[in-house]
Amino acid sequence: MSSAAIARPVRFSSLGPYMVAGIVVLFLGAFLLVPVLKVIQVAFQDPSSGSLTLVNFQDFFNSSLFRQSFFNSVYVSGMSVVFASAFALPLAYFTTRFNFSGSVIIQTLAFVPLIMPPFIGAVAMQLLFGSNGSVNLLLRDWFGVDIPFMEGLNGVIFVQSIHYFPFILINLSASLQNIDRSMEEAGQMLGSSGFRLFRRIVFPLAMPGYIAGASLVFVKVFDDLGTPLLLNVNTMLAPQAYLRISSIGISDPMGYVISCILIVFSVFAMWVAFLGMRGKDYSTTQKGGGGLSKRDLRSHEAILCYVVIFSILGIVLAPHLGLLLLSFGSVWSFSVLPDSFTTGHYGTAFTSAWTFIKNTLIYAGLAGVIDIVLGTAIAYVVMRTNVIGRKWLDYLAVSALAVPGVVLGIGYLRVFYGVNMPFTDQPMATWWGIIVIALAVRRLPYALRSCTAALQQVSPSLEEASENLGASKFRTVRRIVVPLMASGLVAGFVTSFSTAAVELSATIMLVSTENDAPLAYGLYLFMQSAAGRGPGAALGVMAVIIVGLATYLSHRMVDRARQQRSSMEQAAGDAA
Amino acid sequence: MVHKTLRHLGTGVAIAAMLATATAHAADDKLVIVTSFPSDLTDVFKNAFMKENPSISVEVVNKSTSSGVKYLIETAQNNQSDIFWASAPDAFEVLKENSLLAKYESSVSGVATELNGYPINDPDGYYSGFALSGYGFMWNERYMDAYKLPEPSEWEDLAKPVYNGHVGISAPSRSGTTHLTIETILQGEGWEKGWQTIRDISGNAKTITERSFGVPDGVNSGSFGIGIVIDFFGFSSMASGFPVDFRYPSVTALVPANIGVINNAPNSEPAKKFIDFLMSETGQGLLFDPKIMRLPVNKSVYANAPKGLPNPFDGSIKSEVNFDTAVSQGRYNVVNSLFDVMVTYRLEDLRAATVAIQEAEAALAENGSANAEATKLIADAKALLHTLPIDEAKANDPEFAAIFKTKRKKQTDKVEGRQAEIEQEWDNQIVQNYQKAAELANTARFMF
Repeated sequence: MSSAAIARPVRFSSLGPYMVAGIVVLFLGAFLLVPVLKVIQVAFQDPSSGSLTLVNFQDFFNSSLFRQSFFNSVYVSGMSVVFASAFALPLAYFTTRFNFSGSVIIQTLAFVPLIMPPFIGAVAMQLLFGSNGSVNLLLRDWFGVDIPFMEGLNGVIFVQSIHYFPFILINLSASLQNIDRSMEEAGQMLGSSGFRLFRRIVFPLAMPGYIAGASLVFVKVFDDLGTPLLLNVNTMLAPQAYLRISSIGISDPMGYVISCILIVFSVFAMWVAFLGMRGKDYSTTQKGGGGLSKRDLRSHEAILCYVVIFSILGIVLAPHLGLLLLSFGSVWSFSVLPDSFTTGHYGTAFTSAWTFIKNTLIYAGLAGVIDIVLGTAIAYVVMRTNVIGRKWLDYLAVSALAVPGVVLGIGYLRVFYGVNMPFTDQPMATWWGIIVIALAVRRLPYALRSCTAALQQVSPSLEEASENLGASKFRTVRRIVVPLMASGLVAGFVTSFSTAAVELSATIMLVSTENDAPLAYGLYLFMQSAAGRGPGAALGVMAVIIVGLATYLSHRMVDRARQQRSSMEQAAGDAA
Repeated sequence: MVHKTLRHLGTGVAIAAMLATATAHAADDKLVIVTSFPSDLTDVFKNAFMKENPSISVEVVNKSTSSGVKYLIETAQNNQSDIFWASAPDAFEVLKENSLLAKYESSVSGVATELNGYPINDPDGYYSGFALSGYGFMWNERYMDAYKLPEPSEWEDLAKPVYNGHVGISAPSRSGTTHLTIETILQGEGWEKGWQTIRDISGNAKTITERSFGVPDGVNSGSFGIGIVIDFFGFSSMASGFPVDFRYPSVTALVPANIGVINNAPNSEPAKKFIDFLMSETGQGLLFDPKIMRLPVNKSVYANAPKGLPNPFDGSIKSEVNFDTAVSQGRYNVVNSLFDVMVTYRLEDLRAATVAIQEAEAALAENGSANAEATKLIADAKALLHTLPIDEAKANDPEFAAIFKTKRKKQTDKVEGRQAEIEQEWDNQIVQNYQKAAELANTARFMF
């Protein structure tokens, strides 16, 4: 079996891949590269003379504050991966491996953390876990002790691993579901079982998903701004970049230098993950009925599993519980629970919510569709063709992950404000579509990871078979590859959609009228005033419910698609 | 199947997109307001104004003060905004300096033009004050009870050891209102003494929040006990039912919150109408909304003021400081940068040194204050803690300040020195001083 990562020889007349790659490059060039380069240019400019220089980078490395920030960022990202894995592994394993009632619901619930805007999450977490939050007030009453959950870097790690662990969960689950049952059976027949079977067969086969998820968590935490900012931790790289850019501006290029370093380091992390994967073939030719064999649990095992699962869910859903309490609470101040409960906040939220919700569904939905189309195109060009420079396409797309939203927002204003839209004579930067494009570019790396992991598990020999039978490349992709990637694609769409739905940093620069504003922006507005906390929380609860429902429905669709696929394959097998 | 799945998805998105384009407005005129104020404030004015002028549709664009200024600068070449509406006079000065404001002076009667001899509106007529704000601190009563803390009344009180770890403040580089507070203290107490107060208070800080609103939010929810805030944060939190209280210390300034028409505003007539409305008795009365609670500049409306809201025109707020906007504007970025280097980014070190000094002083007092050597060590530690990297003359020197704010206009413009380089120098000195101060204080403490 040859490696999936190595390109197949491409037959003549294959201008197609070049055209696809060209379109992708044009899109990314216009909406990622040019705006970012426009901003990064500043990093290489001498602030006093405007000439080209490296002196700003020298300033960066000379500064003990920046060195410390860099170290803290790496430490927090690494620890977040460790904790996120600890949350994700059991959930992914139990729900794919055993027959469980309600594993779809558990997977949906476990995905919910992603759809909470970080600044809201931090407010809720402070109320529950802060130094005078519910938990610590109770602990102090009962035992006279405090636990500094939310202090400094610990707080960031705590919030980040809860917020981002679904990246690992969703990618790992998709991989586990795609593992060929016969591999596991072969292992069992050769006498392996239990943990050894997991360690030697199941886990290695699920590696692409795990690494895809873990590297996403690492890079995302590395560049995340909202969480450290809301916990008032500023000795990390992303907050430093943001603070310098937004408060000092172009006269001090350090923010732009930090942006460069964020990008370089994130690409580097992705490259390390890529190296780890290179030369390993994880595709399976046969699809033996879809995924690992699930077995029934004995009752004491089931209890143990439920205990593990519910304690994890309890922790990761704590911010949502806090948000729910806040949305129904009248005044919540230095007490375990709000003073009294009311439904009034929902009334206030409803009157202004509809525009926000509608905009969010449109923006995030369009961004998600753009992302899986681009993601599939890039993954295919990278893994299945030998278009020259194809790896760079991947790096280019992934580098979007490392561009702080604010930098992208400023870049868009710089590049597109002078360009007017046809017909309306309105600056392109104030058109709502630019928000969609910004969201699509920001979330493309997520979708791309999912698409790549999904494509990695589709054996090229299936495509060869199709082409040998006379199908064109396009037809093959459409009829064979995309259907086989379905669960990965939906995973990609859901990840892009739900995270785009709560994105704030890029949109806050680009929203030009309230009628075009998405939900996260509305939440942000509410959360700026004492009276707005309750309605803001109510709006947040509504956001979580809407995106949660969308997620649940997509899971249902994947499940149905998988069942149909396996019955189709069965039929195809019988016919052969 | 999968195709169907994806097709459904596509259809849904398409329908949603059509819905989005179907929300056209039927108004003849529109008005675009860029503001840093929360929707609690803007909605009240937007609704009342649109009721009086049904032909004008108002669009509010909410941005923080600094990103609002950045937004207007970036978009000036093709301006679509009509009004900038925010607290900080400095922000308006920046806009005025960049020729981004148009002159407009409303002729509504009854509006005060000065307070204690200090002009409320821009003397050149580019922006006008519509409300007044003073600075002080708010505290959470439940928190103060639980930790048995006394109520503070002056800035110096917040520097007392009893408040260690209980204070919250924002960074001036992040918050226009905090910047004004810091400047008020610096102008009211003098540069050296002012920074001493600021650093002693910050040494008691539990956290430096990244947004202005982070401070009242922290006090309201009880994550810290006392917060340094602009008055209406305190008043509106009380009006929203939180168990909090607010007080003006005697060194405070009443500073106008402002509004101005943007240069080349596409809808300048509606913009002027809006400003007139804001200054009218109806508009000024709206400031008494429990969610807003700001001090109007139209004296006649104070007859209807809600309970607890002071009248700045009857002398009930002692404002000893006559705020000098020119001085503030000149060293704006230098002050921000100094605070960040000395406090925001080195809070751990500052706190460690502050605690060490407080403990050493307590130990000394317990032992009769007679130990000369310990007294000397503590004094040295304090001197180190309070050492400033630059003096007032340097901070006010326009050439030095230029390093922190120069926007090169031409290729040939040249500035000496780089901000990052200077900040690194300061940082080295500050970290060393804080550590040394902590060491000295600890030596003194362990003498007993």
